[in-house]
Amino acid sequence: MLIDLVVRRWALAVMTVALAAGAVFAQDGAAVLASRFEFAGSWAPIGTEDVQNDSVPVDYLGLALTDEGRTRALSYDESQKSMVERQCQGWGAAYMVLGPFGLRISTQTDPATNRLVSYTIDAWEDWMAMTIWMDNRPHPSANALHTQAGFTTGRWESGALAAHTTHIKAGFIRKTGVPLSDQATIDWRFFRHGDVLTVLMVARDPVYLVEPEIISKGFRLSKTPLDYRDPCVPGYEGREPGDPVPHFAPDQNPFLDEFIKLYNLPREAVLGYRDTLYPEYRKKIKDTYVPPPPCTADCGVAGNFVRRRGPTP
Amino acid sequence: MRSLVAIAGLAVALAALGSPASLHAQRPLDSARDRSSSPSAREAAPIDLTGYWVSYVTENWRYRMVTPAKGEYRRIPSSPAAVPIINAWDPSADVKAGNQCKSYGAGAIMNVPGRLHITWQDANTLRLDIDAGTQTRLLRFTPRASSKAGPTWQGESTARWEPVAAPDRGGSLSVVTSNLRAGYLRKNGVPYSERATVSEHFDLAPLPDGGQLLLVNTVIEDPVYLNAPYVVSPHFKKEPDGSKWDPTPCSSTW
Repeated sequence: MLIDLVVRRWALAVMTVALAAGAVFAQDGAAVLASRFEFAGSWAPIGTEDVQNDSVPVDYLGLALTDEGRTRALSYDESQKSMVERQCQGWGAAYMVLGPFGLRISTQTDPATNRLVSYTIDAWEDWMAMTIWMDNRPHPSANALHTQAGFTTGRWESGALAAHTTHIKAGFIRKTGVPLSDQATIDWRFFRHGDVLTVLMVARDPVYLVEPEIISKGFRLSKTPLDYRDPCVPGYEGREPGDPVPHFAPDQNPFLDEFIKLYNLPREAVLGYRDTLYPEYRKKIKDTYVPPPPCTADCGVAGNFVRRRGPTP
Repeated sequence: MRSLVAIAGLAVALAALGSPASLHAQRPLDSARDRSSSPSAREAAPIDLTGYWVSYVTENWRYRMVTPAKGEYRRIPSSPAAVPIINAWDPSADVKAGNQCKSYGAGAIMNVPGRLHITWQDANTLRLDIDAGTQTRLLRFTPRASSKAGPTWQGESTARWEPVAAPDRGGSLSVVTSNLRAGYLRKNGVPYSERATVSEHFDLAPLPDGGQLLLVNTVIEDPVYLNAPYVVSPHFKKEPDGSKWDPTPCSSTW
């Protein structure tokens, strides 16, 4: 009887392993991706890509802005953050890949059927939590409430999690004031290869972007759970109702040339013109661009000019 | 009787478990048969990567579209051993030594703004021609028999499809590259050594306008000049044809 039980358990265990192995290797020995992967968990930011672009006020590198978008961006004054109604504008959905934080992701299931209803990517210091609805529910009416995180639905597609965000509250695609309208939509794709999760963002905005803003960012599975941080909660910071909105006349933004001079960058690139995103532009500036001299003081880590310095001679 | 049934079940299970493993174990003996019976990499492709692709530089612009200042290696986890090399970067010395392609090796080439032309060189070799620096990468699905070639800018790349389990469709291309000639991760002399390996996954994503995006998830590991893996994911837009294809030579300064 005991032998029988042991043998049966072994058989079950071995069959389980066999099935698992079948999911990993096809008949020709090639690896096979599962049609879906474990998305929930803590994912630490890898941070080896320069996607944030918010260390100086006027840095629109890598963006294809409309003239209206550029004008709005140049009119932005950081002091707007002291206004209650504008404090959280910089931390919209796009900040998931632009910000420096990791992702803490959980699942919500239907208690009756145990089926997946949604994923939630938790808030992290000003960024609002994002729910990705996985139960095929439709997006709400165009007139429904728009929020910082927007409304997002998802589905598994070709081994990746594909998601679509609408109903984004008008805010910024860079927290230095580059605008994103409430007509913007974002398509996400989450790829997992081993312990690396790559989040691809394709943001479209018919008002402020000539072409989609495409950003991909890597995260690594964390063995220790990430902390929860509070989302952005507006509070009184000295501005009274009726006070003027701090701003610059777009052609008189005092920071316009700061980034340009710091790195000898072409003005049209810093101001987010579409042509600057393609290889032809590199050839165009080949004979005129002069790299900045090596940093000799206050260089910070990795030889980067972390402190502002005067105009290059 | 129960024991007999259970033992029979165990035998079936062991046979099932053995099937994938035994496929691997038998591969050397049956390689000729496998070659004739199993589909080629081109036939088995779960995604179509062929065509012309253009870099869309929305990330790392300052490190890719222009040459950064000497000494700047921000975002790259360079080791202490790399720092003297970074600070000693001399592009004219590279030219004199015939090393003007140092920033066009497999550790960096996908980040250099340019165009890719992806074709099948043969049924089991995917060919990537890159107009920036006029480079060619060969991604081999059947490893070459003990290559004794020395290190090269593009190294030796072993490729493998990772199709999504049925009934879903699609998948990813996994590529591992080694045997690299020492090169630069960034134009301004941030080094990787001959011991570096480059692991890539090529993934496709649809664009809202009906276009297609190629995302190359890249992990570069180097026990000499990196403290940690360097992870980047350059992306490319599909182009309808090669009308903008414009091969240029390597440059040590640009």
